Amino acid sequence: MSDEANKGLLLPLRRKLLMGMAALPAITMLPRASFAQAPATSAVNTTGLAVTDTEVTVGILHSATGTMAISETGSIEAEKLAIEQINAMGGVLGRKIKFIQEDGASDWPTFAEKAKKLLVNDKVAAIMGCWTSASRKAVLPVMEQYNGMLYYPTFYEGLEQSKNVIYTGQEATQQILAGLNWIAKEKGAKSFFFIGSDYIWPRTSNKIARKHVENVLKGKVVGEEYYPLGNTQFNSVINKIKLTKPDVIFTDVVGGSNVAFYKQLKAAGIDLSKQALLTISVTEDEIDGIGGENIAGAYACMKYFQSLDNPNNKTFVPAFKKMWGEKTVIGDVTQAAYLGPWLWKLTVEKAGSFDVDKIAAASPGVEFKGAPEGYVRIHENHHLWSKTRVGRAKLDGQFELIYETADLVEPDPFPKGYQ
Amino acid sequence: MFGDYSLGDLGSIFVMQGFAGLILFSVYVLMALGLAIIFGQMGVINMAHGEFMILGAYVTWMTSNFFQAYLPSLFSGYFFLAMILAFVASGALGMLVEWVLIRHLYKRPLDTLLATWGLSLMLQQAYRSVFGAREVGVELPQWMLGSLHVTDSIEVPINGVFVMCLTVLITIGVAYVMYKSRWGRQVRAVVQNRIMAGAVGINTEKVDRYTFGLGCGIAGVAGSAFTMIGSTGPTSGQLYIVDTFLVVVFGGAASLIGTIASAFSISQTQSTLEFFMSGSMAKVLTLLAVVGILMLRPQGLFALKVRK
Repeated sequence: MSDEANKGLLLPLRRKLLMGMAALPAITMLPRASFAQAPATSAVNTTGLAVTDTEVTVGILHSATGTMAISETGSIEAEKLAIEQINAMGGVLGRKIKFIQEDGASDWPTFAEKAKKLLVNDKVAAIMGCWTSASRKAVLPVMEQYNGMLYYPTFYEGLEQSKNVIYTGQEATQQILAGLNWIAKEKGAKSFFFIGSDYIWPRTSNKIARKHVENVLKGKVVGEEYYPLGNTQFNSVINKIKLTKPDVIFTDVVGGSNVAFYKQLKAAGIDLSKQALLTISVTEDEIDGIGGENIAGAYACMKYFQSLDNPNNKTFVPAFKKMWGEKTVIGDVTQAAYLGPWLWKLTVEKAGSFDVDKIAAASPGVEFKGAPEGYVRIHENHHLWSKTRVGRAKLDGQFELIYETADLVEPDPFPKGYQ
Repeated sequence: MFGDYSLGDLGSIFVMQGFAGLILFSVYVLMALGLAIIFGQMGVINMAHGEFMILGAYVTWMTSNFFQAYLPSLFSGYFFLAMILAFVASGALGMLVEWVLIRHLYKRPLDTLLATWGLSLMLQQAYRSVFGAREVGVELPQWMLGSLHVTDSIEVPINGVFVMCLTVLITIGVAYVMYKSRWGRQVRAVVQNRIMAGAVGINTEKVDRYTFGLGCGIAGVAGSAFTMIGSTGPTSGQLYIVDTFLVVVFGGAASLIGTIASAFSISQTQSTLEFFMSGSMAKVLTLLAVVGILMLRPQGLFALKVRK
């Protein structure tokens, strides 16, 4: 169809050129010509996905209700922004992105059910979604059975790799190791106190961190403590910290516990400008609840901070605030969620097709130069090459960038020697 | 584990640890008092207790914002007003809920479990729609932050002292109202025998409504105080509900002294164990001990002798 259209345009064009009236009509024809170049649906969609001549449908699957809504709201907002921006630039392969949003409701079986609905009933071309590892683990078999494509935004514990998932957040070694190296070098830190919430991500992360501290940095872990999710009383562990006097407190406490932990740390007289604290679980989003005055001085190890000074981020932050309000803050995961739709668009264009198999195969090597974090590239293992950064929390709830790795850090979801 | 530390270090850590236990004790009492009235005295299994607390926390947050915007000079004292407003707001909502929902269920106490659980889900979603899904940060006046410097190694958190004082005041207040005032006598009469209480001229409906309102109001004050130590979000109330029921049930549902004794024993066990092992393990052992004691003494630590 498009071939005929092109010929139809070209023939009169050539005649007019021959007649010596080249410039004006040719310019007016150009936009129409380029629109007609959008490839035929039958060519870019051989597996019956929800792709028409003008639209392509993707799914957004996060918790808009329930406990996790606190964290996942930012991801939903980022994905919607990315989709809107892509549409404003002409969409993907000449097609506008339409999204169907489903609510996982902070309940893992619901996530699996909704993922199945998106893939089987709505035939979406890709899903941007999930946040906790538990929800991803619930959705993974569905993605593999019905051959879907998931863009997963959260930094997580690693030990996973799938043809059907692109992990746009950091796996554990990418997030932790460079940060530990930095603090060991910068602060001369030798003794570490680990404190985390009691579930898979903190436990795996701390295991990796402990191996690194003991084997590579030749330091000592003087305490490793876990508290149940939602715990609000940390006075005992704070006393233990005071007793053991570690050089660094390394934390991966999550959710509401975070707020309690930092408030009580401050109340107990631990001054974060003197006591080094490195967290891998606090982003700008969490500081909103913790309060800048309670956490100022702490170091966070992430790949993105809202305050990053680069041209991409300087257009991203105002665009985000324009869409979602001046007071919204953008944390690490929110930025990673923003990468999802873009990486998918770039991969589709590289593959020249919406087919999931072709996208999975084309993903390695796809690079996104417009990423707010700078530049990212998809690795063979479907994780991202990205930089590790350390920021210092300020009173106003933002981070000041203190350190970033010189090069992109290679993702290594199955780290040897750390298991 | 103590080999490496000097006596001075150990001494101050034991003081600090004792203090940590006392703070935990006050927090438990404060969050359980409202429920002790509602569940203990009225027999309503109020699963929405945590949400009434969070209403208090949100009221505190709004008051703090209001003072920052319009009365910055009075900001240092806003917290007291916020607690009163929290009491009024949670109490008023409690009375409304009693009128709409609870009063139809006094004869079916087990159904209150389901009804109030549903209520808690509705309230959570309401908070999420009104205040947003993200947690809010309540700003505190400067004097409430930080710690009192006693010696170089002993520091007493100010918010802990504040919660302790508040707990003592409210406990005395509740004890007075329930055991010394005329109204308290009416409450206890209604609880023991609703029909007879009505027959001797007590307005049982009114007593029920005010009692429920009082319980919820105290939950609101607790929520307001907890903005100092915990998070304020739509689902933060869920963090407290299990511990709250644990304290009330373990103490013996109908007894105020029981609630206090149970809060004391649970908090001390918990905080001592936490010091010697990991937090999760401490929780497991505490719960095991509670289960064990409840198997031997199903009525809880203290039980009122009543004729059944």
